[in-house]
Amino acid sequence: MNISVLAVDDSRTMRDMITLALTSEGFDVELAEDGEHGLEVLDGIAPDVIITDINMPRLDGFGFIDAVRARDDTKTTPILVLTTESSADLKTRARDAGATGWIVKPFAQDKLVRALRMVTG
Amino acid sequence: MSDPMQEIMASFFVECEELHEALIDALQTMADGEHDNETINVAFRAVHSIKGGAGAFGLEDLVGFSHQFETVMDACRSGELAISDELVQLFLRCGDMLSDLIRCSRDGEPCDTAASNALITELSAFAGAEEAGGEPEEAVDFQPMTLSFDDLDDAPSGGDGLPDLPPLDPLPPEATTEEATPSGSALIVNFKPEPELYESGNEPLFLLRSLADLGHCDIKLNFTAPDNLSDLDKLGVRLGWQVAVETESPPSAIDEIFEFATGLCQLDVSAPESEATANTANEDAPEPVAEISEVQPPAPLAPELPTQLTESTPAKPAPAAAPAPAAAAPAATKTTAKVSPTVRVDLERIERLVNLVGELVINQAMLSQSIAEESIPPNSPVAAGLDEFMQLTRNIQESVMMIRAQPVKSLFQRMSRIVREASAAVDKSVRLVTEGETTEIDKTAIECLADPLTHMIRNAVDHGLEPTETRIANGKSRQGEIRLAAAHRSGRVVIEVSDDGGGINREKVHSIARKKGLVPEDASLTDGEIDQLLFLPGFSTADEVSALSGRGVGMDVVKTQITSLGGRIAIESTPGVGTKFSISLPLTLAVLDGMVVTVAGETLVVPLNSIVETLSLTESDLRPVGPNQVVLCVREKFVPVLDLGKELGYRDALSIEKGAIALLISPEEGALVAMLVDTIEDQRQVVIKGMQESYGRVRGVAAATILGDGKIALILDASDIAQSASGVKFDTARKEAS
Amino acid sequence: MTQISERDPNPADTNGHEQTEFLSFRIGESEYSVEIMSVREIRGWTKTTSLPHAPRFVRGVINLRGTVLPVVDLAMRLGLDETEPEDRNVIIVVDVGSRVMGLRVDAVSDILSFTRDQLQPPPDVATSSNAPFVKALTILDDRMVRLLDLEVVLPTGEEIAA
Repeated sequence: MNISVLAVDDSRTMRDMITLALTSEGFDVELAEDGEHGLEVLDGIAPDVIITDINMPRLDGFGFIDAVRARDDTKTTPILVLTTESSADLKTRARDAGATGWIVKPFAQDKLVRALRMVTG
Repeated sequence: MSDPMQEIMASFFVECEELHEALIDALQTMADGEHDNETINVAFRAVHSIKGGAGAFGLEDLVGFSHQFETVMDACRSGELAISDELVQLFLRCGDMLSDLIRCSRDGEPCDTAASNALITELSAFAGAEEAGGEPEEAVDFQPMTLSFDDLDDAPSGGDGLPDLPPLDPLPPEATTEEATPSGSALIVNFKPEPELYESGNEPLFLLRSLADLGHCDIKLNFTAPDNLSDLDKLGVRLGWQVAVETESPPSAIDEIFEFATGLCQLDVSAPESEATANTANEDAPEPVAEISEVQPPAPLAPELPTQLTESTPAKPAPAAAPAPAAAAPAATKTTAKVSPTVRVDLERIERLVNLVGELVINQAMLSQSIAEESIPPNSPVAAGLDEFMQLTRNIQESVMMIRAQPVKSLFQRMSRIVREASAAVDKSVRLVTEGETTEIDKTAIECLADPLTHMIRNAVDHGLEPTETRIANGKSRQGEIRLAAAHRSGRVVIEVSDDGGGINREKVHSIARKKGLVPEDASLTDGEIDQLLFLPGFSTADEVSALSGRGVGMDVVKTQITSLGGRIAIESTPGVGTKFSISLPLTLAVLDGMVVTVAGETLVVPLNSIVETLSLTESDLRPVGPNQVVLCVREKFVPVLDLGKELGYRDALSIEKGAIALLISPEEGALVAMLVDTIEDQRQVVIKGMQESYGRVRGVAAATILGDGKIALILDASDIAQSASGVKFDTARKEAS
Repeated sequence: MTQISERDPNPADTNGHEQTEFLSFRIGESEYSVEIMSVREIRGWTKTTSLPHAPRFVRGVINLRGTVLPVVDLAMRLGLDETEPEDRNVIIVVDVGSRVMGLRVDAVSDILSFTRDQLQPPPDVATSSNAPFVKALTILDDRMVRLLDLEVVLPTGEEIAA
């Protein structure tokens, strides 16, 4: 069965890129435009892994991760933070919120795929 | 359209425009004095997203600039840097630069790096002491944490302080030891997860599997048994693994695998050289209790762990305290509530659809006509069905037109930039006020308006507004104001550019025109006529060519551009108060409601929206004003009468008699003119067919259409006819300001 | 109406010895021709819709499958005697640069084939007012065939705006 991914990013370009990078590798990709929307999507599907941006309107990546970890059904779902930031501070904050790992934008397709495969086993 | 990356890139540039618009909006709000967090966040996010996308496509100039821009904005966001007017103005200029860089990147043109670097320098000056350009941050990354064996041996992190427990032995002791001595290319990995690792969604099993992907692995489980069985639920804390990997991969490959686990585990990777040390350490370490030659064995144990751990560890209160609305969210708010997904469509396809809908409208009109001719009873199913069909056709038509319509906002934003640049160039303080940004006009018209508007705005800043000293001397505010307004008015789009400057210096205009031989030496001209001189080719009021607007492009070019769009331009100017240019454009709809009339044997269509009223003239309506001239008295106003047949050159003028049919037209607000026609045939929708491309612009003709019988009928531009009509004068200057 | 669809993809402009095809037609007693490459189709006469302020030689516009096609009366354009259009007249639809226009002529006569070498420049002494529109002449079976310069025949922007 394909690995299902929920990608949350407010940039259409990023969503397009993620979709392109992952669907060609056999992932099923669901998309959301911000944290709030991501949570709504999670009411309907249970992805194997979540990719999220940090800077987003309405509910940002940190808030989203917090909320995801607070739900029973997604408590242990791997979450990769996709961000242009490579600063230690942001990573620490993401991790404190409960992120599993991170991908620094711009990402290489193979690296993203490798990371996803690794956190989903 | 086949390369998906190309498509995404094209979409990225479209998104950039949207983001840039959001950025300028937010900055404008800040310039108006509102510095709330969300506004700064919106601006920051816009630049951030541009940078993100640009990075993906390797657009380095764009990345570099937006990075610096974003860094300073981030400092404002976090409150490190106070937001001043000066800073907001700098941001706005950076926004303009960003737009240039986006355009250059899109068109593959070289960027003006000197200009962008200058701005970067200004930005850094602001960020100055605090950040020194934000560069160092970039270098910081998570370094793989290296723990010494001593740490590992003591295993203090378990928290129980009970490292020296008798080994547990879940597997047969004879489980291979020989392979535990790795070959020369082996790496020894000691890995002991902290409880937080399980909470972060990381899974030791997957990490071990990834190690196995590097080469043959010998995996030993280190288990620190609790002295009290009730502590067994903290099992994860007591598990650790020592893995010997036979691999050609460098140690960095291992770092990569454990990248996400960094800080969440004790990890030590040692190369073969340090094998001796490792072995020594191992001797002191708790006995390996399990030797596993494949990654498989931990599986039954590990997958269970995370759940148990997270439920029982108090280590991380965050999840429980996390904002729970999401988890508690009612199932009713199902997926995809907020997204309004978009599709990119070739403009050509839309054109085709627009044309087809046009045909549909004609077809429906013809069908209606033939059904009417069949004298089918109005309450028959056919008539009812036709009504529904007409309704649907109209709905389809409206929806299709909506696809192409766009708010003028993006255009106005571009103008705000022109104002900024122009005012800086001539050192005047200018405020741009915009109105009606949401007014929608056809996309093509928006693109075609950019050039003429740019020129008009530059003119307004350069010539329209007085020098600051003059303003102050005249008791005006120091800051000049330029107003840009758009509105739909009686079926046309009206765009106004006005300034609160000194008004047109008519004396000077007149004398220049005389000097250049544009008007006869002795001509006496009305104010309105003088104003019109500005549109003459070869006219320029600037005494000396200024760097800003004196580029050899005059208002005549503006007028030509507007006219080529089927539009008109009018001036209104009051000395000391200001000047207003009004551009009026037809809505470039493919379908319009028209009145079908005949004149001198020709069938013509007059747009319904230009007709105020249709009149059948009575004796008392007609008032002779001269030997061969008659005016009409309508609504207590005297209205000039034109014969459409004569104005179009189809015949000599008719004598105006009672019983004649006339259309009352309002070429401009407040002005009326009556046009004689022979008969009124019908009122119906027609499809607009352009003539400009195949033939050229014809005075008084807006476009053509095809009638039900396949013949072409011309669609008249009634206002144009009225304005250019012989013997009729409209004093635009006297026209009331709207 | 005749569709002319089969065309030599290689315009014969290149070499003076190559045969080039021309469509010849009659206006009054004279024979004229145009390069067949510029001919899109030939249509029967349809009544035109007059354009206001248009030069007299512009008959008006017709509906060509949903587009507006201006029609030039070639006789009037060339300064020949004006004749009332008849049903047997034809409209030759030509493609010149980016413009498509119709030419009203009395009748189409032939498709001719000759080489560029056979063409002669028109005599300097213009015998008629149509001289500027004729770019070359040739004699074929004792008939004089004039080759029209379509660029010049079509109304200029100034003529339209006049």
